[in-house]
Amino acid sequence: MELTEAIVRAACALGAGLCMGIGAIGPAIGEGNAVGKALEGMARQPESTSNLRTNMLVGCAVAETTGIYSLVIALLLLFVF
Amino acid sequence: MTINGPKIYFTIPIFGGIPITQTLVTSFLVTVILCVTGVLLGRNLTKRPGKRQVLTEKAVTVITGMVKEAMGDHNAYWTPFIATVFFSSLLGTLLGMTGILRSSTADISTTMTWAVLVSFICWYESIKNNGFLGWLKGFTEPIAVMTPMNIVSEIAQPVSLAFRHFGNIAGGSVITALIYWALSGASAGILRLIASSSVAVPLVLLAVGVGLLFLSRPKDGGKRKKLPLVVGIVCTALASLRLLDWLWSLTGRAYPQMNGLVCGLVWFAALALLLVGIVLLIGRKNKGNTVLGIVLASVGFAVICFVSEGPLDVPVLTLGLPAVLSLYFDVFSGVIQAFVFSLLTMIYISGNCPAPQENNSEIH
Repeated sequence: MELTEAIVRAACALGAGLCMGIGAIGPAIGEGNAVGKALEGMARQPESTSNLRTNMLVGCAVAETTGIYSLVIALLLLFVF
Repeated sequence: MTINGPKIYFTIPIFGGIPITQTLVTSFLVTVILCVTGVLLGRNLTKRPGKRQVLTEKAVTVITGMVKEAMGDHNAYWTPFIATVFFSSLLGTLLGMTGILRSSTADISTTMTWAVLVSFICWYESIKNNGFLGWLKGFTEPIAVMTPMNIVSEIAQPVSLAFRHFGNIAGGSVITALIYWALSGASAGILRLIASSSVAVPLVLLAVGVGLLFLSRPKDGGKRKKLPLVVGIVCTALASLRLLDWLWSLTGRAYPQMNGLVCGLVWFAALALLLVGIVLLIGRKNKGNTVLGIVLASVGFAVICFVSEGPLDVPVLTLGLPAVLSLYFDVFSGVIQAFVFSLLTMIYISGNCPAPQENNSEIH
């Protein structure tokens, strides 16, 4: 393998790892917050559990978006370049 | 290990070539299924409803209620559009689980089309309600300095909508494919541990296995001993796999290569045959059933061996785990993403369809 190509491959692998690792921090904190608050609410008002659960899942899916963006970028780095 | 986008089956040679991709096939199938289901469910409506009509009415009521809750009562006429988006997305994702088709939502083209469509609807509604100049003026709110930010957010809205859905489904399928690949490699590795260069090792293993099976036999009408039975079965099975491989290699022929679809279908048929044979064997009622069970099980096993390019490459480990993973990545993620996509669609559209003021003042 050419040296330049090897460097590009290595940079892609490193970049993908960094991208996924750092990109996962935000959604993890956000989802943790959302689930924690939802659990608090459920413990306080058990009758609103079902409503809270649906809204929490939707909120988690939205909070996950930025993590998914970094996943897409990481996959592009790994398999396209 | 390679990760591919949707394959192109063939190209229609008009308008400079229209490629027929896996995405297109799945999308058309989704359209046909939804149309046929809709027509079948909406036919023969009567005043005294049967089971089918009650269920359909319940579903329509639930979806209309959801749309009314998110968009307001005056926007209930968007229900058909929202429901179509939801069910297209859901069905498009779930069809990817069949293993033959590819999820239509695992392609940026599909989700981007829907997102851009939602954007156009928003602009159309805004222009209809505020006039063209009013729509342009909307970009300068709350102050004129914010105009670039508003334009950027207008472009970012469909991009974020499309990438969220696409990324979830495509990322899930990539992760499932990676784990499937790793597990089939691991199972081949485990099976090949016993595949030393000589035949002596599997022969010894076979002897040990049969000996253990003999030891596990019930004494004086008692029960079979569990541990020797299990270990014996495993030893015998591994040894016979290796011996089968060796016997086939004596013929000097390579294992047949089949293409994906045929291979998959034959694989499932053989697995079904094997399972039926084992069930017949376990629940032995009479001699005929036992013989039939043995024949079915061995035929199914032999076919599985040949389809998997040899008894040592049967993907033993890939049978259970990917199903659980795909339950999360395909079913759960598919449902949630379809729901989120239609919910955000509702929010975006209802933002540009405010409640008519004069009607409200007349009623109250």
